[in-house]
Amino acid sequence: MKRPRKVIIIGGGLGGLWSALRVAEAGFQVDLFSLFEVKRSHSVCAQGGINACFDTKGERDSIWQHTVDTLKGGAYLANQPPVKSMCEEAPGLIHTFERMGVTFSRTAEGLMDLRLFGGVKNRRTVFAGASTGQQLLYGVDQEVRRQESLGRIRKFEWWEFLSLVLDGQDTCKGITAMNLRTLEIKSFRADAVILATGGMGQTYGHRSTNSTNSTGAAACRVYQQGAWLANTEFFQFHPTAMLGDDKTRLMSEAARGEGGRIWVPQDPEDTRRPTEIPEQDRFYFLESWFPSYGNTVPRDVASRAIWRVVHEMKMGVGGEHKVYLDLTHLNPGFIEQRLHAILDIYRKFHGADPVHEPMEIYPSAHYAMGGLWVDFEKDESSGGMKPGSQRNHATNIPGLYACGECDYGYHGANRLGANSLLSASFSGRVAGEAVAAYLKGLQDDLQSVPEYKYLNEVARQQAINQTLMESRGEENPYALHHELGELMSSRVGVVRDNDVLRQAIDDLSELEERSLHINLQETNSWSNQGLAYTRQLQEMIRLGRVIAVSALARDECRGAHYKPTLDLTIPENTYPGDPAYEKYREAWKQQNKDWLKTTIASASETGPKISYQPVDLSVLPPEEPRDYR
Amino acid sequence: MKTIDFQIRRQDDPYSPPYWQSFSIPYRKGHNVVSALMVIRENPITQEGHHVDPVAWEFNCMEEVCGACSMVINGRPRQACSTLVDTLTQPIRLEPLSKFPVIRDLMVDRSRIFSDLKKVRAWIEIDGAWDIHQGAPRVSPEAWKENYLYSRCMSCGCCMEACPQYGETEDFVGPASLAAVRLMNAHPTGQYHKAQRLHAIMAEGGLSDCGNAQNCVRVCPKEIPLTTAIGELGRQVTLQMMKDLLGKSE
Repeated sequence: MKRPRKVIIIGGGLGGLWSALRVAEAGFQVDLFSLFEVKRSHSVCAQGGINACFDTKGERDSIWQHTVDTLKGGAYLANQPPVKSMCEEAPGLIHTFERMGVTFSRTAEGLMDLRLFGGVKNRRTVFAGASTGQQLLYGVDQEVRRQESLGRIRKFEWWEFLSLVLDGQDTCKGITAMNLRTLEIKSFRADAVILATGGMGQTYGHRSTNSTNSTGAAACRVYQQGAWLANTEFFQFHPTAMLGDDKTRLMSEAARGEGGRIWVPQDPEDTRRPTEIPEQDRFYFLESWFPSYGNTVPRDVASRAIWRVVHEMKMGVGGEHKVYLDLTHLNPGFIEQRLHAILDIYRKFHGADPVHEPMEIYPSAHYAMGGLWVDFEKDESSGGMKPGSQRNHATNIPGLYACGECDYGYHGANRLGANSLLSASFSGRVAGEAVAAYLKGLQDDLQSVPEYKYLNEVARQQAINQTLMESRGEENPYALHHELGELMSSRVGVVRDNDVLRQAIDDLSELEERSLHINLQETNSWSNQGLAYTRQLQEMIRLGRVIAVSALARDECRGAHYKPTLDLTIPENTYPGDPAYEKYREAWKQQNKDWLKTTIASASETGPKISYQPVDLSVLPPEEPRDYR
Repeated sequence: MKTIDFQIRRQDDPYSPPYWQSFSIPYRKGHNVVSALMVIRENPITQEGHHVDPVAWEFNCMEEVCGACSMVINGRPRQACSTLVDTLTQPIRLEPLSKFPVIRDLMVDRSRIFSDLKKVRAWIEIDGAWDIHQGAPRVSPEAWKENYLYSRCMSCGCCMEACPQYGETEDFVGPASLAAVRLMNAHPTGQYHKAQRLHAIMAEGGLSDCGNAQNCVRVCPKEIPLTTAIGELGRQVTLQMMKDLLGKSE
């Protein structure tokens, strides 16, 4: 009997679970690997909602407008056919979630309700209270559990992916992974592998909204085995995160979408309680600078505005790095129903009630627009991505696919709020279908890959573990991670400078060297958390270097990547048609000629090697600069 | 110097005996139990000055939404990340959940929660995860409000820890799995397979094992009305039993 084809999926968030469903439904065996129970994946942290055009608010919203907002919001850096397909398929995807049992918030008529989000003018965001990611993940998790009970999906929870196993043609034919309890390292054969391992926010350490497991280590491991990383210099800083020593907790953009206002006291020395400061003594800087979008400008714009207020104008609240996000003018019953989850987080962790007192917030590392480079096949007839093509979401390593936040598609230079749950789900579905197509065309027998390929890789990984376990160096991995977070957020952050970046790259190399001289302070070889942590830390430092090198190379401002000396600003009070504006437009087009291209980082002995690829601009040629005034 | 003092129940592996160790860290405003454990992890020295292995525990989101960091804190099962040190009496006693096998220190094996969700068939049977060009039937805002309460269950295990009927040697599936049945049965198309789920909880380890202690609802970090769900299921099960008795199809 012919052995059934097997697919390994790494990661159990939205991307991984969606791809698992589609691979299983195509009749292939799925082995699903995760660092922990998949239901605890970082997708649960997404709060505000998921975008899809339903146009049920009488605003004449359209799929085309969703596409335009996404492409422009991303400063035209995303390849356009996949974005077009994603926006077109979004409503169908939401309906599938609805069928799976996701509890979307409802209108009086029983329709899925919509809320406003940043970077758009129409209400387009479907939501489940303020815990949308949690609800979406649970919906897919339930379906995966059903497939599991039918024997089509096997879970390997508490296993950490360590490396790919490549055959003689450098095609991916399996993985090695470590059992996080026994620390045993084993190899697993597979006809194809999908990486759905999420973001890399932990490269910014405690200055990130990400879960502690969002390290990017898996992506960095395949990068070192030859996979390309793309556009990693584009890292989103979420404008509204709670302050905190251990982590900065996300306060959803939905807070602004539902009417929240951002402000600082006119006088930073003002000692009055915020609720006692009258309107005329407040500076609503987003509303003042961007009258048409106001508080719902895109995240990169909002984060830079906060940075400017705090650092350039020295107007942070009490002279500190914080501004107010104010909900106190809204109806308490209304916001309680719509935003309960985040109000609850703020109350529990900060001890104050946002219904009565403005929240204190500051931008924080939130989302990697960049990630593993993935291909797509364009459908010439529709202009979108060709459905069912085996090229979609394929990395440059044959047999290896990537989806979700660990890939680089869809968001260009800046992601719009509520597009991440969409891209994670959509890309998971597409990747699953692409792998099914790849397997149907696959001729060779998995068993023909010689066993020594697997044994060698296991031995290499065991050696890394042994070295770390025996290492009695000076360095403390937890302290090093703290240093990494400080370095990345202060020098590879919201605002960048080439000299500072050069210094950061040197310091990152030094950090990498130091991370080899670790003391795990632990002898227990059962469930040794320090070992896994240190291995991830080393990858995070390497990723930090890729981000910094890519950022240094890109000499322009685009979306989340900002170098003030290279900024092209729209001349004040000028609009399309004005000579000054048209001059600006020409300069902007010239910048696009030079820099509207995808950054590709590939690993080499001497560090990341940077090259560029053209962007497919066939859906919306870049004629209109972003303008949120 | 003001400190935060901990007594932590340790266990090196599933088969070795547990023991207690005490730790102190410098006081800092705003610490939660996870952030304090992170400080201990960085420099694992006991109050007596002995260098010991770092404490192992589970955590991920740090926002009380992933359910990973459940443990028993001063005798009460809760999420460590959202438990602020300033609200606790010291020394703070940390123990692993007692109703699940210990893996190491404060880490336990909660895989049973997920196999019980399989047992009670906590899913909606869809034809496939592809687009069928329509959604599910509409839901009234009132029904949504109730369903949403249950859909926030993060399988943290606190309700099971507090439940006198739940245990390693007991069959009872526990309050959270029952609440999942309540939620699935309320879905417009989930209703089609209501009888299957009800039969699952009419079997051994199901609804009748609930002793009505009502501890579950008191410890749920998400304030899910677990006992209300159990009450509703009682009525559903009674109706189902009558249907079964009269030999009526669904």
